[in-house]
Amino acid sequence: MTSQRVDVSGRGRAATGACGAPWLIIGLAAVSLLAGCERPPIESKQGGFRGTGMDTLINPRSDAVTAVKNEIPDALPAASADGPLASTVYQNVEVLKDLSVGQFTRVMLAMNQWVAPKDQACNYCHGANMASDDKYTKVVARRMLQMVRHLNTDWKDHVGATGVTCYTCHRGNAVPQNVWFESPSESKGKGFAAANADLFSPQATIGHTSLPYDPYTEYFLGDAQIRVISDNALPGTDDKTIQHTEITYALMTSMSTSLGVNCTYCHNSRSFAVWDSSTPKRTTAWYGIRMVRDLNVAYLKPLTATFPSHRLGVLGDVAKVNCATCHQGVFKPLYGISMAKDYPELQGVIAHEVPGAAPAAAPTATVAPASAAPVADKALTATRVAQR
Amino acid sequence: MAEYQNIFTRVQIRAPAYEGVTLPRGTWIRQGTPFFNHLFGRFGDAQIGPFYLGTTGLLSLLSGFIAFEIIGLNMLASVNWNFIQFIRLLPWLALEPPAPSNGLHIPRLQDGGWWLMAGFFLTSSVLLWWLRMYRRARALGMGTHVAWAFAAAIWLMLVLGIIRPVLMGSFGEAVPFGIFPHLDWVAAFSLRYGNLFYNPFHCLSIAFLYGSALLFAMHGGTILAVSRYGGEREIEQILDRGTAAERAALFWRWTMGFNATFESIHRWAWWFAVLCPLTGGIGILLTGTVVDNWYLWAVKHHVAPIYPQVFPTVIDPATLPGAPK
Repeated sequence: MTSQRVDVSGRGRAATGACGAPWLIIGLAAVSLLAGCERPPIESKQGGFRGTGMDTLINPRSDAVTAVKNEIPDALPAASADGPLASTVYQNVEVLKDLSVGQFTRVMLAMNQWVAPKDQACNYCHGANMASDDKYTKVVARRMLQMVRHLNTDWKDHVGATGVTCYTCHRGNAVPQNVWFESPSESKGKGFAAANADLFSPQATIGHTSLPYDPYTEYFLGDAQIRVISDNALPGTDDKTIQHTEITYALMTSMSTSLGVNCTYCHNSRSFAVWDSSTPKRTTAWYGIRMVRDLNVAYLKPLTATFPSHRLGVLGDVAKVNCATCHQGVFKPLYGISMAKDYPELQGVIAHEVPGAAPAAAPTATVAPASAAPVADKALTATRVAQR
Repeated sequence: MAEYQNIFTRVQIRAPAYEGVTLPRGTWIRQGTPFFNHLFGRFGDAQIGPFYLGTTGLLSLLSGFIAFEIIGLNMLASVNWNFIQFIRLLPWLALEPPAPSNGLHIPRLQDGGWWLMAGFFLTSSVLLWWLRMYRRARALGMGTHVAWAFAAAIWLMLVLGIIRPVLMGSFGEAVPFGIFPHLDWVAAFSLRYGNLFYNPFHCLSIAFLYGSALLFAMHGGTILAVSRYGGEREIEQILDRGTAAERAALFWRWTMGFNATFESIHRWAWWFAVLCPLTGGIGILLTGTVVDNWYLWAVKHHVAPIYPQVFPTVIDPATLPGAPK
């Protein structure tokens, strides 16, 4: 027993005497781990049946910041539909043929306010000869006007009665802030060390996950099948893979980020696949996906040759839209405030009682109702063909 | 005795280093002169060494190192051999299994061959370490409980990495190597197979996981609470029940009407821990092979409750006539 010694070092007591230093460091380290978190309180709103986790989480502080960003500009004074048509007064009017000179001018002023850089104003699209199509911006703007009318007429399943204007996406920028380009999927390394990593940097658009970071090319330009969950309890009917699921998951994460909502805004918390217990928002989103595809394929991609190279992506592709382009972090763009209702000029082709003739006797021109959609579509198709 | 009421061991008794029992013939000798470390003594035993590596231990470390290097170098290659990017993006980097189209063929190295090779060496490493654990327990004349508990964890790893992918006919079904990638895989796996929470074996696994934590807290708490009566000398208390064991037993009979014994609590803990990966592995094995959508399976078998309809009825727009694709 002589070789035993008791080591009561007393270091423990000394440390307690000097108190806090190590605990302070541990405390600070613990707090720093929370740096990426949002501070409480977070409000939660129950959506579905109790206990099913169908809750909406709201951070009032970040919501206040978003609200400021989504304030809408005042509407320009309404213009009369009476008077000569712009197409009879101005040359080279391809799209807004149905507007009176007053309405036409109002649209031009609105675009000035919503899209054109402040130091260039009208000159951003027009040269000395206002009718000339020399500037690419004017050609693009014309196509975008067609697009806005197409959206407000043919995509009511998604935009509803709220509709869209240029401002929904542009927000005072010549190019909307949230657009996407195809990403080069280059192989890093050589030979047997080649690793096909699509990773450049964690992307905020897919929630900084390690999921495939470009779900857009497949789903918003192509029409790849998004559904990956089997319709049957037992196997044999669905050959979707985990890899397929990861791309869908990336797309859904991107939608969630774009709208500032979580999965249960649209989906049931128990089964993401079944429709009968989903929220009605899921239907709106379903049409939204088709709408985005339509815009990219029919309106933006054909403009590739029109844009100068500095407006194109690294692969020479045109800037395209996704959910964030309009939504910008909000469940309904601009919190669902309709700017389009103040702009009947953008709602669709305005029907005149005697088309092409002197202004109608009716006091106000009426906005084309939904039933007139095929007519509007035909008119658009005609102008589209004429433009090419 | 109040000295035990601390997170760390505050009194360290130093005796000459213990060399251990005599080993049977034919094994390696223990390496190194044992020494003491005060810091280690605060958490556990202050004595470090002597070490025993052995053939299986050496081969296991070697295999593990090869797997680690294959994974690390592939990740480094994926950021173009840029060390700064490697550190910065490490949590996002991955060594992915072959594409689903590859099936069960041996792919080229850059098409998932490296993944297969890393998986082989990692599996070898783990199995060799298991063998070492088993043989060391035998060499000490112990039971092999720890080795079998480890085997339960290996079962889950092999189900995820090779057994299920082979049954599914594609290496692409396996888990990628990588920090966030394997987590995203887990989320995608549950989504693809219709919500794993409705998998009854997943339920069992969670019950045993939480149960393990509960038992650990109850047992650890009980022993610390009776250490002032010598309760931490559990073996003595098993053989010759003293006041510590009596008080601990009475405490649980008072608070929940029933008590485990100083011996049986360890069987409870061992089985809870072992059943967690064992049932989990069964749940994974059944996913995709015999059940494709766990939610629909649970509805079919009246496991999932039907809740009152809260939202207006929603119809899949793709089923409506004239719907866009």
